[in-house]
Amino acid sequence: MSETRESGSEPLLEVRDLTVHHGQLRALDHISLRVLPGEVYAIIGANGAGKSTLLRTIAGLHRPTEGSIRFDGKDVTRIRPERRAISGIAMVPEGRRLFPSLTVEENLQVGATYARKGPWTIERVYELFTWMKDRRGQQTAQLSGGEQQSVAIGRALVANPRVLLLDELSLGLAPVVVQRIYGMLPQVLATGLTVLLVEQDVSQALRVASHLQCLLEGRTTLEGKPSDVTAEQVEAAYFGLRTAPSDQGSE
Amino acid sequence: MVWVNDIITGILVGGLYALFACGLSLMFGVMKVVNLAHGDLAVIGGYIAVGVIAVTHIPVLWSFVIVVPLMAVLGYVLQRTVIQAALDRSILTTLLVTFGLSVVIENGLLQFESANSHSLGVDNAIITSSFSIGSQITIAYLLLLIFAVAVVVLTGLQYFLSRSRYGRLIRAVADDQEAAQLSGIDYRHVFGIAAAIAFGTVALAGIAYGMYSQFAPTTGTDTILLFAFAAVVIGGLGSLWGTLLGGVILGVSQAIGAQISGSDEFLAGYIVFLAVLVLRPQGLIARRSAS
Repeated sequence: MSETRESGSEPLLEVRDLTVHHGQLRALDHISLRVLPGEVYAIIGANGAGKSTLLRTIAGLHRPTEGSIRFDGKDVTRIRPERRAISGIAMVPEGRRLFPSLTVEENLQVGATYARKGPWTIERVYELFTWMKDRRGQQTAQLSGGEQQSVAIGRALVANPRVLLLDELSLGLAPVVVQRIYGMLPQVLATGLTVLLVEQDVSQALRVASHLQCLLEGRTTLEGKPSDVTAEQVEAAYFGLRTAPSDQGSE
Repeated sequence: MVWVNDIITGILVGGLYALFACGLSLMFGVMKVVNLAHGDLAVIGGYIAVGVIAVTHIPVLWSFVIVVPLMAVLGYVLQRTVIQAALDRSILTTLLVTFGLSVVIENGLLQFESANSHSLGVDNAIITSSFSIGSQITIAYLLLLIFAVAVVVLTGLQYFLSRSRYGRLIRAVADDQEAAQLSGIDYRHVFGIAAAIAFGTVALAGIAYGMYSQFAPTTGTDTILLFAFAAVVIGGLGSLWGTLLGGVILGVSQAIGAQISGSDEFLAGYIVFLAVLVLRPQGLIARRSAS
């Protein structure tokens, strides 16, 4: 852990010793993280590292076998996903998961149903993604992958969350589209949101993150500020080439 | 001309079948529950109407004002308890649970109400009369009223699902429960509301059936459930207008079957049902698929 963060403000989201099983398989093994307000916290790792499981558990879609999740100072480990959403945790799920029989605007309206008070409205989302307003009456199946991803982000934003969980935004999208979508981040952060994202695309994650954590087979192999870690360290942590510094010989 | 008369009657009876079927279709469309107790719920609606009329002496035509909300509440409660508990295990468990519910309802009614059949005699002179077009065609006002109610209910339901906030939530939850949860929606509550609507419509259908014909404890499974299934399959699952079309086609097939031979009435309906299953299993009006 970097000392500067340790002494900083109270974390908005804190995960302690989280262990999650998928049946017999241990998907997460005592994972801890502290996300400070206003941060872009990126979790990287290869396929099967447990990144998505971590985000889904924070959103409440998986029950942990051990450990706790605190949000805004309150323990939310046993709270149902819809209550967590209303309290300010919004997630853009992997694969976008739009409602296929609803139009673009209806998808956003569903996201806004139990919205907290805040700056984000459907109109504001239309300003963020300028193409969207003209196509608000279309079914989401008619949109391209990148456009669908934007609608999924908009659906999460209109709930006015305090922390936004982004699960593999780049999945299945062309690099140029990925860059364009990540281009919305500064505007989102400007409204006071905190972002916790999971990304397989390491270079993309390094570009936007203010803090980085690398998972490998359910364990943390590297953690720190992007500027403090070297490419070699990231590579080692990502592929597990050798024991990373933060995981000294513990089994 | 006898044919024309029977076909018109068949179309109007089809409205009643559609009224039976729309709740079945809704519950399958939203929570993937095939409610095998659906027909028995219609019969329960009829029995409650008999009881309500006996106690309050309200006119038969207005009994729905009490029965429909009662059944809607029952629908919400059953969905949030028994049916949800089954859903949490597996979709197949819901088949067993609703089948069990059907058995319990039928035997409960046999136990407490005897096997005698009941009907809801309408005490309104206009409704019980009929009018003629030309010399051969006679149409009963009651059937016309039931058909009109069916059209109003289906139109209202369509409008509710496509335009209202709760309708939108019902469609969203039907699409993707997990994604709905991430937007703060308690899908179990939305399921409860869908079940309340389904139970309300089937209660209305039960009352209409009691006015048009008569019901006994076993009518739910040996007649109503089958007709509802047939109407849903013919019309196409998930499409309310398809359900109306399915009901009408079933009604007309039965009318034509009855013309050929009195004993072929129901057989003709089921032959059409089978033909649709084989030739166009998605039904005549397939639900717009977007995925």
